[in-house]
Amino acid sequence: MNVLEFTLLAGCLSLIAGFLGALTGLGGGVVLVPLLTVLFKVDIRYAIGASLVSVIATSSGAAAAYVKEGFSNIRVGMFLEIATTFGALAGAFLATKTPTAALAIVFGLVLLYSAFLSARPRPLPPANEQPDPLATRLKLNGSFPGDNGIRHYFVRRVPAGFSLMFGAGALSGLLGIGSGAVKVLAMDQAMRIPFKVSTTTSNFMIGVTAAASAGVYLRRGYIDPALAMPVMLGVLAGSLVGSRVLVRAHTRWLRLVFSGVIVVLGIEMIYKGVTGTI
Amino acid sequence: MTLLAKWNDQSVEEIIGNLLRVGVIVAATIVSAGAAIYLIRHGLEPVNYRAFRGEPNDLRHLRGIIRQTFGLHGRGIIQLGLVFLIATPVARVAFAAFAFAMERDRMYVIFTLIVLSVLMYSLLGV
Repeated sequence: MNVLEFTLLAGCLSLIAGFLGALTGLGGGVVLVPLLTVLFKVDIRYAIGASLVSVIATSSGAAAAYVKEGFSNIRVGMFLEIATTFGALAGAFLATKTPTAALAIVFGLVLLYSAFLSARPRPLPPANEQPDPLATRLKLNGSFPGDNGIRHYFVRRVPAGFSLMFGAGALSGLLGIGSGAVKVLAMDQAMRIPFKVSTTTSNFMIGVTAAASAGVYLRRGYIDPALAMPVMLGVLAGSLVGSRVLVRAHTRWLRLVFSGVIVVLGIEMIYKGVTGTI
Repeated sequence: MTLLAKWNDQSVEEIIGNLLRVGVIVAATIVSAGAAIYLIRHGLEPVNYRAFRGEPNDLRHLRGIIRQTFGLHGRGIIQLGLVFLIATPVARVAFAAFAFAMERDRMYVIFTLIVLSVLMYSLLGV
């Protein structure tokens, strides 16, 4: 395969990944590394570098659209970014010390877990609870435009959410993914932040988290411009189109198909890691 | 009062959203320009990412990347676009620090500066 063919093929695949990732809310980054390593036989470290860059592009590209809706909570985002950026830094340093076979296995497990998370039904929104003293001191409680007027919400279990966010950042730095699934889990399930607020705030945080490890990756020579170029442009274009058609599309069966792909890729990664063929 | 009221969270987020969008557009444009040069010059060469060698030193540091860009090397220009992309969220955090300062929210100025210093540490490696 020559450079031109490779660029076109990787670009088209990234476009589809970005499109489906935006439609299903699972993110395109999570399938990119396995696709690049399994289909194109790219070394996992180059794949992680390229994926990380594309994660920043989609997060920043989608932010402008999300912001208009007025759901994201900038204080929750900034406070939790302390945890995710430190985690991302730790993850990026860990990545340089971890054998590629181990990286592949961890990646496979994360893929299986995110497929499981997306298949599970969400718990009902909590009833009107009392404000949490720590969340109040940190000014994390917020409001968003609901169906009938402004809805206020109280943030809960700040330490649990903060610790989960450190883990999300570490995974992001280790594997070059946005780890939006873990971020939403921390905000939605642990901190009881309304789902829509969690997803939009998470999108905001993903770019900052990825930037924290991207610097380390760049200086270690993991980011190859010729590989990152088609991946970043493809995912960006795909996710922008995906978030436009999101409103009209019936995403239920799409989510199912995409989850299926993620499970297959997860098993493939674990198999490759265990047999040492990565 | 009107000046302070203008700095509410919603308007700050709108400015930040636009900042991010402009950053991505600039980055994607630079990357595309570099891609055109790279593909015209090297499009027919064989590709190999199977073995990890790590990037040459000039593509790892800003000074080297700028030198490559002025030499009109495709890969260097792409890398410059990627550096722009990585810098976009950093600019967003820096702006948030400024906005929190305008709101006189000292606690969040400190939180934001912590995040900013982690990002600077990662980017500059100091």
